[in-house]
Amino acid sequence: MVKQESESANRPDNTAFTQQRLPAWQPILSAGIVIPGFVLIGLAFIGIGVALLVTSRSIQVLELDYTGDSNGSPCSSCSQSDIANCKCSLNFTLTTLFQGPVFFYYGLSNYFQNYRRYGASKDDNQLYGDLSSFTSPSSSCSPYNYDSSKKPIVPCGSIANSMFNDTFTLTRTVSGTTNNVTLDGKGIAWWTDYNIKYRNPSVTPLKNAFNGTVKPINWAKPAYELDASDRSNNGFVNQDFLVWMRRAALPNFRKLYRRIDASGDYQKGLPAGNYTIDITYNYPVRAFNGAKKIVFSNVSWMGGSNEFLGIAYLVIGSLCVVMSVVMLIVYAKFKFPDEE
Amino acid sequence: NFCLPCTNKEDALRGQRARENELRSLESNLPYEGLEKGKQPNRYFPSNAIKTTKYSLLFFIPMNLYEQFHRLANLYFVGLVILNFIPEVNAFQPEIALIPICVILSLTAMKDAWEDFRRYQSDRKLNNMPCFIYSRKEKQFVERHWKDVRVGDFVKVVCNEIIPADLLLLYTSDPNGVCHIETANLDGETNLKQRTAVSGHPEFEPESFNGILVCEKPNNNLNHFKGYKPDKQKVGAGIESLLLRGCTVRNTDHAVGFVVYAGRETKSMLNNSGPRYKRSKLERRLNIDVLFCVILLFTMCLIGALGHYLWLNAMPVVPPYLVPPTSGQLDRPSLTSFYMFFTMIILLQILIPISLYVSIELVKIGQIFFITNDIDLYDEETDSRIQCKALNITEDLGQIEYIFSDKTGTLTENKMVFRRCSIMGTEYPHKENAIRLAVLDEPEAEEEVIFNQHAQPLPTRWSLDSEEANVEDTHGHGSRRRSKVTGNAQSDVAFSSPLETEVVPDGKLFQKISRTSSGSLSHSQKTDAYLDFFLALAICNTVVVSMRNPKRHRTFTEDSEENFQPSGQTEGVDTTGLQPCSPHPPSLSDEPALTSDNLRYEAESPDEAALVYAAKAYGFTLLSRTPDSVSVRLPSGEVLDFEVLDTLTFDSNRKRMSVLVRHPITKEYVLYTKGADFAIMELLEHFSGNKKNIATVTQRHLDCYAKEGLRTLCIAKKVVSEAVYKRWSVDRKNAMAAIENRERLVMDTAVQLEKNLTLLGATGIEDRLQENVPDTIQALREAGIKVWVLTGDKPETAVNIGYACGLLEDEDLITCTNILDCTLEEVRRYNADPRNVDTTQNMSLVIDGLTLDKALSPDLLDRFVALVKHCRAVLCCRVTPLQKSRVVKVIREKLKVMTLAVGDGANDVNMIQAADIGIGISGQEGMQAVMASDFAISHFKHLKKLLLVHGHWCYTRLANMIIYFFYKNVAYVNLLFWYQFFCGFSATAMIDYWLMIFFNLFFTSVPPIMFGLMDKDISAEMLLGVPELYKTGQGEGDYRFTTFWVSILDAFYQSLVCFFVPYFVYQDSDIDMFTFGTPMNTSALFIILMHLSIEIKSWTVVHWIIMLGSVALYFIVTLAYSAVCVTCNPPSNPYWILQSQMEDPMFYLICILSTVVALLPRYRVCHSLSSVGLKIFNCPEFWGVFVSTF
Repeated sequence: MVKQESESANRPDNTAFTQQRLPAWQPILSAGIVIPGFVLIGLAFIGIGVALLVTSRSIQVLELDYTGDSNGSPCSSCSQSDIANCKCSLNFTLTTLFQGPVFFYYGLSNYFQNYRRYGASKDDNQLYGDLSSFTSPSSSCSPYNYDSSKKPIVPCGSIANSMFNDTFTLTRTVSGTTNNVTLDGKGIAWWTDYNIKYRNPSVTPLKNAFNGTVKPINWAKPAYELDASDRSNNGFVNQDFLVWMRRAALPNFRKLYRRIDASGDYQKGLPAGNYTIDITYNYPVRAFNGAKKIVFSNVSWMGGSNEFLGIAYLVIGSLCVVMSVVMLIVYAKFKFPDEE
Repeated sequence: NFCLPCTNKEDALRGQRARENELRSLESNLPYEGLEKGKQPNRYFPSNAIKTTKYSLLFFIPMNLYEQFHRLANLYFVGLVILNFIPEVNAFQPEIALIPICVILSLTAMKDAWEDFRRYQSDRKLNNMPCFIYSRKEKQFVERHWKDVRVGDFVKVVCNEIIPADLLLLYTSDPNGVCHIETANLDGETNLKQRTAVSGHPEFEPESFNGILVCEKPNNNLNHFKGYKPDKQKVGAGIESLLLRGCTVRNTDHAVGFVVYAGRETKSMLNNSGPRYKRSKLERRLNIDVLFCVILLFTMCLIGALGHYLWLNAMPVVPPYLVPPTSGQLDRPSLTSFYMFFTMIILLQILIPISLYVSIELVKIGQIFFITNDIDLYDEETDSRIQCKALNITEDLGQIEYIFSDKTGTLTENKMVFRRCSIMGTEYPHKENAIRLAVLDEPEAEEEVIFNQHAQPLPTRWSLDSEEANVEDTHGHGSRRRSKVTGNAQSDVAFSSPLETEVVPDGKLFQKISRTSSGSLSHSQKTDAYLDFFLALAICNTVVVSMRNPKRHRTFTEDSEENFQPSGQTEGVDTTGLQPCSPHPPSLSDEPALTSDNLRYEAESPDEAALVYAAKAYGFTLLSRTPDSVSVRLPSGEVLDFEVLDTLTFDSNRKRMSVLVRHPITKEYVLYTKGADFAIMELLEHFSGNKKNIATVTQRHLDCYAKEGLRTLCIAKKVVSEAVYKRWSVDRKNAMAAIENRERLVMDTAVQLEKNLTLLGATGIEDRLQENVPDTIQALREAGIKVWVLTGDKPETAVNIGYACGLLEDEDLITCTNILDCTLEEVRRYNADPRNVDTTQNMSLVIDGLTLDKALSPDLLDRFVALVKHCRAVLCCRVTPLQKSRVVKVIREKLKVMTLAVGDGANDVNMIQAADIGIGISGQEGMQAVMASDFAISHFKHLKKLLLVHGHWCYTRLANMIIYFFYKNVAYVNLLFWYQFFCGFSATAMIDYWLMIFFNLFFTSVPPIMFGLMDKDISAEMLLGVPELYKTGQGEGDYRFTTFWVSILDAFYQSLVCFFVPYFVYQDSDIDMFTFGTPMNTSALFIILMHLSIEIKSWTVVHWIIMLGSVALYFIVTLAYSAVCVTCNPPSNPYWILQSQMEDPMFYLICILSTVVALLPRYRVCHSLSSVGLKIFNCPEFWGVFVSTF
């Protein structure tokens, strides 16, 4: 017996794997499976499409351009001058209730926050509150790491330097009296940005941490004085700053500015009436053919208004159904002669 | 001593001259023993220490890198890495770009280092093997290591020891000056070869060896050596006196040789050229497509650069998002765009996948694993699997269009069986033997019937198969299995299966013989042609006789002095005893145990063994053979010792061999000649009347044998007068000692003697067809492969075999051609005739070597090729090895087809090397063909599964995998490309860089490899049952231009969908960059994997695990990565993005929609193809059937 074993020492293992005989399942695309499958998928898609479309239609969106391109528009004077803190105001009327919660966005077009070198132009360590990066910002911020007198810029880099600095107040005029609509700026940034990625140095008062540094060239106020009304909303964890630092994916984008505070008259949203937005116009966009706008929108489970997805689902769903019908005809034509 | 350098240089120069000189003069080292190296006469020649390692420890890294950068692809990837480090290009993290190429390079380096280390170990082991070198000081042979052996030393080798260097044999323990060696390590041949000492010094003393030895420059020809000793009498030495390094000494107690070549100059080392690198057709195609991809990449980068230029130019002022360089001043748009081109290359570089080459290597290793592990390709008898020697041409097996096959040993078994003979014009059909063979054909009844036959009361002397009977006695009923074992036990001797060794004598002939020899040894013998005939069979050969019992051990054993214990019963039982060496040649007188059963014949060619066994069956038993004598036992029991005066060995020009002996009784000089019929017939003495009649009758018998497919040999003799012999032997000696034109001179002397022969008779030896040959040829032919047979046999035999194996069919139009033009014309007319449209396929061509030579001449070549294109089968007979390879080359080059050559003998080596794929059959005729081949199989029938199943699978798998790889990378990279239109062509990526690397390295790398390894588009049963399916791979095959571009277009389409669905969803929203990229990355994964699942034809557990595992891996790794990486990879920001996306239902809706839309067209096309009447077929199968039906 020993002999026999040694005789066939080279004998390959007779296993399903080595002999490539593993039990295999072959997807057989018979008409009996494919046609009902397509119908089912088509119907499901149509269902999703309808739901998406209905939801999207229910979302109210109000867009107001305030770039001031044309001469008649309210902010045209501001857009043509370089005066800082130029004021202009925009009026609009709501005929029905703007269902809450209402989000207040500012929008920019033709603005490439996704430009390659722009994206790299920041110092993550600095923004994490690392004081050593305050005195010597990373070279990735260049040329916005030191000012002309070789003082370090905090926060450094192009993204911070180009931060959007128009401000808005919303007022509602009810029977002659004008009252402010309270805007809520808390929690508009990503939770992870606010709590983990960005951090102020643990120096009190915060101002001391910035000793020996200068503010970004384009900024009117240093980072620790961004929000005069709320001391905790300053430095790198300033909500507007955080929102800006999260770069938009596409050149036409909007960013969350405020939420309408759902209290008092505004519990259900913005009631019908006349509104005025007072704009402090600082951010120049006309020079590079950009545009600025204000957007009010409420949201649903699917986020903002978007008709595309609903329509796409509907189209693909119907296509599937049509195809299954065609297949049925083809199948009938080719199948039945066989059976005769 | 400032002159030292210049003397050194001079010495080195002289050394070089000495090494490169055509002739070398060697001296004995003994007189110089103990002197410093500079005084040694042979110091210029390398020592015996070998070094086969490629690298040294110190320079491994630079040398290995240099080696690796010979691959163009590696250079390309390194170029990209360098590009990353140029600051103007703005690569964010050039270090990351280093990782993949470093991984690839270091993996390859590790593999190389390991291989080199193994070589180092084996070198060290070899160099430290013990051997005996003569020392003058100690006046004896002392034990040293192999590495100490130098040219000019005297080395003693003992039985079973491996020879350390190429030695000129000076002395052996054998009184006849013979030494047997086994060359299995060198060429795989297991039969013993006999070497003779130069001018036998019976009492040899190394110190008496003086003067110089002149020999030729080292070369790799194992069968050739020239050397002489320019003494007073010039003594020549040829290959028959050279012991080659690596061979094992057998049957000789000890021998002493003079080291001629050592170390790397030995013939075995010179023959040791590394593995050949063949490039498959698919790989050549692949390189073209890689080139297309490079062009595509450059076009995309150019578009990017141009777009960037236009984008910058359209900018009226500098917007706040444009970051000026450190200087504060923006560069000119043209310069920036120029840099942007290179940045784009870096961004889009994965278009040419670095993992492609690695994956192909892996897949090929896996394919070879599956091929070698196929149990259907395993041969139980010899316990051998299929061997894959070329590792990178498996897919070529699926594209073969022409097969060139050898006949003998390839189509036939090359187990020569003596079938019939004709003596002095009388034919003896050997019916009993035919019955035995017929019985052997039925494998189920095999053993039983054989044993029954043994039991028949035959004259005891004729039953030579007592070992079979023994097996039965000792083991009871011989089961099939046991009998196989018995066969195996003998199989270390070539040509000695029971089939070949047993011959049942023809009754009539046997009676006749016994009647003639019944009387005591009488002078009647000298005239009796019958006795002469069998004596010729027994004597005229180069068969080596050895004992049966001693099992040959291939390993070196120290205690080989154990005694010889003859035993007739040990057959079939594992003999544990070591191999004894008989110190003296076996001689009947003092070895009573030596019965005829113990004899074992080791022949170089199977025909010789068959003839010796046939002679033995009639009582003419070859007992021993030394260079000087042959002993034959006659039927009467008497032993005759013939003095062998000379052996005129076989060569392919003469096609015959002769042995010149001195008859012990009559003292006549007799020349026995055996050879091909035409080589003998023309040399016959011119007689008239009866003798002439014999020649004509014999010729008729020969023709008859040939028609039956037997191999024929003519046996003739000649009595040489003493005067003629004396004269001739002087010529012969001169010829042997000649150093120029030695072969030709030796041959001339042979021809000089071989004339005016007297015909004794002829033999017919059957070479049986291998199992399932007709079936295999039929299947291959149905698969669209044209089968050619190239053989050295004569047309009749070849045609016969052609019919037997189904190559030629009855209705075939056989055109035995001598005038090519006419034939071609005829064929044209035949083709032009509309009635023959359907039948043109059935044409076969039989052509012989002479005609072939003319047909292959330049002016006829094109017409010949045009002719053979019409033929379904071509049979070339009487072709030389060179012609075989010529034919293969011509067809391969002229018709641009994939060729496969299959053969088993040394004469097929040229052909095997000339074809795209060479297949060796490890059969009876040594191992030379196997050594030269890319694949080695044990039976011709294995070709069917190898080509039809493995070839098809390997090819479709690899082709589909490569196409898929290109698709995958184009689809993925294009996502980035489309994004450039929305980021000012600034080479921004919206997917984290690490995730991109992971995507290619982990998430989508294993499924294609699995696809390339395990996909079964068609089951093995179907492929074997419907050989037409093989046609899918021939010619352009699956992997064609259109397939490539269709999948590239599909990739473009899918990437468009994958990009623009999220784009339209997130348009005008507050989406940030990496949140935007995440659904794209995810749906790209789904699309790429689902695309593969459409391509996968059969799903096994492995498929499910790998596919689902890849998806799971994607989510696990990405989730973990985006949970850990807070600021690890600026400027990208993957932190918590996938987590937040997965909370959003939109993410899932986007992924579902993009996947469905992207894959719908491909699914539709595949499905509608398969649904139209062909429900069970999938896409490629549909094409296969489609192609074959038209």
